Amino acid sequence: MNAILEGLIKAFGLLLSLDPEVYSIMFLSLRVSGLAVITAAIFGIPCGATIGLREFVGKRFLMAIVNTLMGLPPVVVGLFVYLLLSTSGPLGPFQLLYTPTAMIVAQLIMAFPITIGVTASSVDAVGKGLREKALSLGATQWQLTTTILREARVGLLTAVIVSFGAAISEVGAVMIVGGNIRWVTRVLTTAIVLETELGEFGIAIALGIILLLLSFIINLILTQLQWSGLRR
Amino acid sequence: MKIMQTVALSLVILAVLSATVFIAYQYSKPQPRQYLILATTTSTYDSGLLDYLIPIFESKYNTEVRVLPKGTGEAIEIAKRGDADVVLIHAKSLEETFVNQGYGVHRVGVMYNDFIIIGPTTDPAGIKGTTNATQAFAKIMQAGNQGKAIFISRADKSGTNLKELEIWARIGVNLSNRTQSWYLEAGAGMGTVLRMSNEKQAYSLTDRATWISFKDQLQNLAVLVEKDNILLNPYSVIPVNPEKYPQRNFKTAVTFAKFLVSEEGQKLIADFKKNGETLFFQMSRTFGKANQLGFPNQAEEIAWYDSQKP
Repeated sequence: MNAILEGLIKAFGLLLSLDPEVYSIMFLSLRVSGLAVITAAIFGIPCGATIGLREFVGKRFLMAIVNTLMGLPPVVVGLFVYLLLSTSGPLGPFQLLYTPTAMIVAQLIMAFPITIGVTASSVDAVGKGLREKALSLGATQWQLTTTILREARVGLLTAVIVSFGAAISEVGAVMIVGGNIRWVTRVLTTAIVLETELGEFGIAIALGIILLLLSFIINLILTQLQWSGLRR
Repeated sequence: MKIMQTVALSLVILAVLSATVFIAYQYSKPQPRQYLILATTTSTYDSGLLDYLIPIFESKYNTEVRVLPKGTGEAIEIAKRGDADVVLIHAKSLEETFVNQGYGVHRVGVMYNDFIIIGPTTDPAGIKGTTNATQAFAKIMQAGNQGKAIFISRADKSGTNLKELEIWARIGVNLSNRTQSWYLEAGAGMGTVLRMSNEKQAYSLTDRATWISFKDQLQNLAVLVEKDNILLNPYSVIPVNPEKYPQRNFKTAVTFAKFLVSEEGQKLIADFKKNGETLFFQMSRTFGKANQLGFPNQAEEIAWYDSQKP
């Protein structure tokens, strides 16, 4: 308990003193997870919406695969991306290993199925409720699609929120493909692992608190977006 | 709607085409990187030596060094895959295999310190003051089998782990937790294993540098056995073979190794202190010592490095 209080005080100390290393770590965390989640959203939401809107043979099977991929252990994704990007691997010539780009790629692979899965199931649920009513009121296919998407917007933002939560808190993938190099590929989670290994529990807890604060602020903004304009 | 579909389709085709051209281009020309990737052990990294040495190297040669702190075993595997430019490690058998298999060139000794056997201050196995590390291990095993002692192993293919296994091999035992419940295989770094040993009042093998850095946190432990020759711990630096991996930064790797074994580098290493104690001792240019520590070609390698520019 004492360590947690000490960590809390340390956290505010680091933030208010504008400690350059802590801020560098924070911004890298946001940059890596942010870019991964945004890219996953740009490609994943249309994919998920397409799956959710239609009925087709094998839809349930596809959803089962997507749901399984949602639960991919981050460390396994990290290992896979490491082998892909390694000098000895197929993408070796790009020399992307131990760079922030590699970390974004790994987190993107994790965020993508989450985005598709949550989007697909929420669009599907909304669609089922709307389809008959809208069509009986004379809606065209296009109007039906846009109406469903508008109504499902809460679900779409849930996809973003959930995939961001997964990305910002994971440590296995970014550790393996990033290498936790100081100033270059060290993010909040990998910094916590390092400080814990060194026995610097106060700093480790401080970083953990900063991670939670950061995550909370982002989620506050996203949740605002999610519920804005909805009067229930 | 038809227009939007056409636009979307064109964009996708354009994206795929650009990606293909980009990939083909990358494959055709190997990119030289502007920084050096050094794969090294956690004991060198955690000791703070690199945080002290590397900025000096970086400003002197106007280059950037990115340090990957892993266990020796992992550092070697990374270098074998061509993902590092140079390694700084401490495991003679692994180093020799690395060079013999053609992955590394111009292996040269940089510095040494020693391992120590630490354990509970109560010392149930009664090893304190033993000058022979192998005998000490035998006593620990005896006490362990009687349920009076525990030993925690790194079990992570680190240099420390390999030295520990070397000593057990001298007694002719191959230990595993399945058959010897007193032998715990942590699979973790030195700091973690030391803290575990402190919690569980266990024996372990550690390098002195990490012990010095952490001992304030380890109230239940003490140094029990030291200064046996088998406990000497030499570190070597090995650039990755440019014939195996031409896309790596061989020139800067050589400059870095040269810096470490230079008079200046050696003095910096010898001057590095933590809590008033010297953590690493120089040996690059004392050929007799280097030969003893497992570097029969030290003189030739130093001559080679001295002849390299800059």
